[in-house]
Amino acid sequence: MNLYVSPSPHIHGGDSVSKNMYGVLIALVPAFLVSLYFFGVGALVVTLVSVVSCMLFEFLIQKFLMKKEPTLWDGSALLTGLLLAFNLPSNLPVWIIVIGALAAIGIGKMSFGGLGNNIFNPALVGRVFLLISFPAQMTTWPVPEVMSMNYTDVETGATILTMLKSGSGDLPTYTQMLIGERGGSLGEIGAIALLLGLIFMWVRRIISWHIPVSILATVFLFTGILHAVNPAEYANPVVHLLSGGLLLGAIFMATDYVTSPMSKKGMLIYGVGIGLLTTVIRLFGSYPEGMSFAILIMNAFTPLINSYVKPKHFGGK
Amino acid sequence: MLKTFRIGGIHPPENKLSAGKAIQSLALPKQVIIPLSQHIGAPAVAVVKKGDEVKVGSLIGQANGFVSANIHSSVSGKVNKIDNVLDASGYRRPAVFIDVEGDEWEEAIDRQEGFVKAFDLTSKEIIQKITDAGIVGLGGATFPTQVKLTPPPGNTAEILIINAAECEPYLTADHSLMMEKGNEIMTGISLLMKAVHVKKAVIGIENNKKDAIAHLQHLQSNYHGIEVMPLKVQYPQGGEKQLIDAVLRRQVKSGALPISVGAVVQNVGTAFAVYEAVVKNKPLFERIVTVTGKEVANPGNFKVRIGTSIQALIDAAGGLPEHTGKIIGGGPMMGKALASPEVPVTKGSSGVLLITEEEAKRKPVMPCIRCTKCVNVCPMGLNPTLLMTSTEFTNWDLAEKNHIADCIECGSCSYTCPSNRPLLDQIRLGKGKVMGIMRSRKA
Amino acid sequence: MIVIAIISLGLMGAIGAVFLYAASKKFEVYEDPRIAQVQEALPGANCGACGFPGCAGFATACVGADTMDGLFCPVGGADVMSQVSTILGKEVDMAEPMVAVVRCNGTCAARPRQNQYDGTRSCAIASALYGGETGCSFGCHGFGDCVTVCDFDAIHINPETMLPEVDEEKCTSCGACVKACPKSIIELRKKGPKSRRIFVSCVNKDKGAPARKACGNACIGCGKCVKECAFEAITLENNLAYIDYTKCRLCRKCVPVCPTGAIHELNFPPRKEKAPEIEGTPVVEKTI
Repeated sequence: MNLYVSPSPHIHGGDSVSKNMYGVLIALVPAFLVSLYFFGVGALVVTLVSVVSCMLFEFLIQKFLMKKEPTLWDGSALLTGLLLAFNLPSNLPVWIIVIGALAAIGIGKMSFGGLGNNIFNPALVGRVFLLISFPAQMTTWPVPEVMSMNYTDVETGATILTMLKSGSGDLPTYTQMLIGERGGSLGEIGAIALLLGLIFMWVRRIISWHIPVSILATVFLFTGILHAVNPAEYANPVVHLLSGGLLLGAIFMATDYVTSPMSKKGMLIYGVGIGLLTTVIRLFGSYPEGMSFAILIMNAFTPLINSYVKPKHFGGK
Repeated sequence: MLKTFRIGGIHPPENKLSAGKAIQSLALPKQVIIPLSQHIGAPAVAVVKKGDEVKVGSLIGQANGFVSANIHSSVSGKVNKIDNVLDASGYRRPAVFIDVEGDEWEEAIDRQEGFVKAFDLTSKEIIQKITDAGIVGLGGATFPTQVKLTPPPGNTAEILIINAAECEPYLTADHSLMMEKGNEIMTGISLLMKAVHVKKAVIGIENNKKDAIAHLQHLQSNYHGIEVMPLKVQYPQGGEKQLIDAVLRRQVKSGALPISVGAVVQNVGTAFAVYEAVVKNKPLFERIVTVTGKEVANPGNFKVRIGTSIQALIDAAGGLPEHTGKIIGGGPMMGKALASPEVPVTKGSSGVLLITEEEAKRKPVMPCIRCTKCVNVCPMGLNPTLLMTSTEFTNWDLAEKNHIADCIECGSCSYTCPSNRPLLDQIRLGKGKVMGIMRSRKA
Repeated sequence: MIVIAIISLGLMGAIGAVFLYAASKKFEVYEDPRIAQVQEALPGANCGACGFPGCAGFATACVGADTMDGLFCPVGGADVMSQVSTILGKEVDMAEPMVAVVRCNGTCAARPRQNQYDGTRSCAIASALYGGETGCSFGCHGFGDCVTVCDFDAIHINPETMLPEVDEEKCTSCGACVKACPKSIIELRKKGPKSRRIFVSCVNKDKGAPARKACGNACIGCGKCVKECAFEAITLENNLAYIDYTKCRLCRKCVPVCPTGAIHELNFPPRKEKAPEIEGTPVVEKTI
């Protein structure tokens, strides 16, 4: 008889990294279906290229550069690939996507030591890398065309935020915004679909409410105050909530475990910071959208927040 | 809303397989091996020698100092030898080996069946009887009871809290005891109240033992000042600090004793032992042990003499299942994995849990993804992943600043971690180091 | 325009220079130049074996001390210390070269495993939990805490015996492994002439029968070696023999009388004739 001996506890709750990662993947499915519907084949191609190249780079780097057993199936590279795709226009050429994937996995994740050690959200590192390197391709979004069979050869148009910035163009209706009939990166358009994902992750306790709610509330309040002061200059807060990458960012990007603070209070500080920065960039910066930058900036503050904001200690003040 | 503690907590599957099973008495073994150290503090000193005749309840080990406890023979017979025996940790420690002959008890012990309520003793006399009987905390911590009943000068107790949470999955020893010995427990509690001069006592019971709650609530009108309080089923409800927080809404400060918030906490099994010691003059030489596990043929609650081997208990429950991977002394969250079933039952043995090979083996460790689930479940409000890394990098300063010494080793962090990280393994090591550093600084 | 620019920048530069000069004078910290010299001579491993935080701390202590009593760099040994003494002009007491010795020869074959440890693979964590995977609660866990702490890559676990082995060439006797071993198995012993050493490779304090049952190579405390030793170098305490290396004359007589082969001899030439006593007993292994 071979008895095992180990320190307590002797049972485990059965949670695992892949369960969490695949939980997020399931939560992303509705948004993906919306983008397939409105962007057609382009959404499929971009997503596939991004996912496959992220997983390939993860495998190659782990196997040949870090010389360790690749952990391809924990779902983290798959998730990074999917999130990167969600942040790209659906007509982006394949070679640019591959470069983005290399930046995301190579620079954003592996250069810090791999899963759990990265400071910045890898998918956003990839996206911002592309946004700065290829501004033209990254800021021309296709106009929604139901079940389109075209990939790069599509009609492009302005997004809600560029319309707000330039002050011209007809905004989509609220219904269109909610179902996702608007221009934008492929995963950010369907508000209802993204909220469904949020509810799924709450129910499965993958994330807590603190980060998404604090981001959305801050943006709503900030833009709401400005709108109340000067409705001609500043758009309705509801438009801000439903436009750009705010929902995608607040629900799926800012809540990344590795790069967000550990304590509840810290999460609120982080969320409020992202909300403020996003609004400031949107309204006063030169870019129409500031979500990616806001998250990356707050990612950089996460270690600082962690060392100053501690969880409430038993018997402490 | 049921009361509970305010920070963290988990709810593992309860698996109370032996709930509702009546207490069975285990047959006397041929030999008992009674370790001289079954409590926290200095080991007892043997007062018998090879060849001595002893009776059930005879003193065989004398407490060595204030924080120590007397050890009594659990059988009648002849002392075979005093030698080292492998304890639950696989280290050799001194123990008294007694060959069993008959079952003759010391005359002073009242062996009458039936419950006696009458007693008229002062606080001092009660504590003296508890000391003589060698009673220790029977929840598993085995801290000598008389020490807990003697508050340090300048502190007064306001309330006695009886820990009947039994929050560990699988274990039902306290549950069965409450069902069968309700009046005795209530009397024991009254005695403890008198010993620490308090007018009020609360029995905290997790709400998964509804029958025990109802039974004790039915009895409580006969006993002045005792209240039965159902608590939410949440691990570690039975942690001393957590229980006080749940019952009193007061948090014991870091490094302080429960008495600092006016509370004295005793286990429900201890209350029963106090009844037997004070009213029946019976020293602590037997206890209730749950033998359980998903593959065990007859999980149950057994009354067993101290010093009987764990193997005998396993046999009584239907033998060792084929695919047993781990034998645990205690519950699955805080119990101790045994290297061999040939170790004796001690005062602190609350259960024997057999888990299958598949369940026993730990899963591969993945990197921390900082999901903060360990932070959310920690009932002490600590940051387990930070404490683990600070131990790994031997940064004792950082560990101390983040209150590693407050860890109660409940294991909620390791239980929850999706990356299967052995958080508590490292934290326990770091806690030991940091507490050593803190002590040497004080000295 | 150009002239104004040159003048204004030049002025700013001059003000800055004056300020920096004043600051460097005011906040200057005088350091004895010998500290740097001593530090140069030290090995620079920052292992802490001398008892000071790093080589810089040791150098400062050497310069500041009146005598060199108790100041010794075990890593650098006599060579380095004589250099230090030349720099400082102070007498240095020369400690004899030491080496780490692993006093457990409970190989996998001699010490069968009775259970399987499944916790974090760390000797410190395992020994806080229990006696170990084998019947011997004194012996080596084999999880390599000593390997982890060694800054000199001088100790490794032999995968066949699961015991650590010291690389004499690399070992600097810094003592890190001695401190790291929760079982106190590793000891610093005199390196000896031509690296010849004799020691009891066991720390089991159990009585003979249980010790032997747990491990075929255990010291059973029989005392034969004590009787054999002509120099009173061997003592027997708690069922365990210990050879005092300051008294041992390396005569090797104790080695063949040990019934379990627990006494090890290292780096000796092969024996000319095989002593009859050791026939049938396990061949003494050179574990180091």
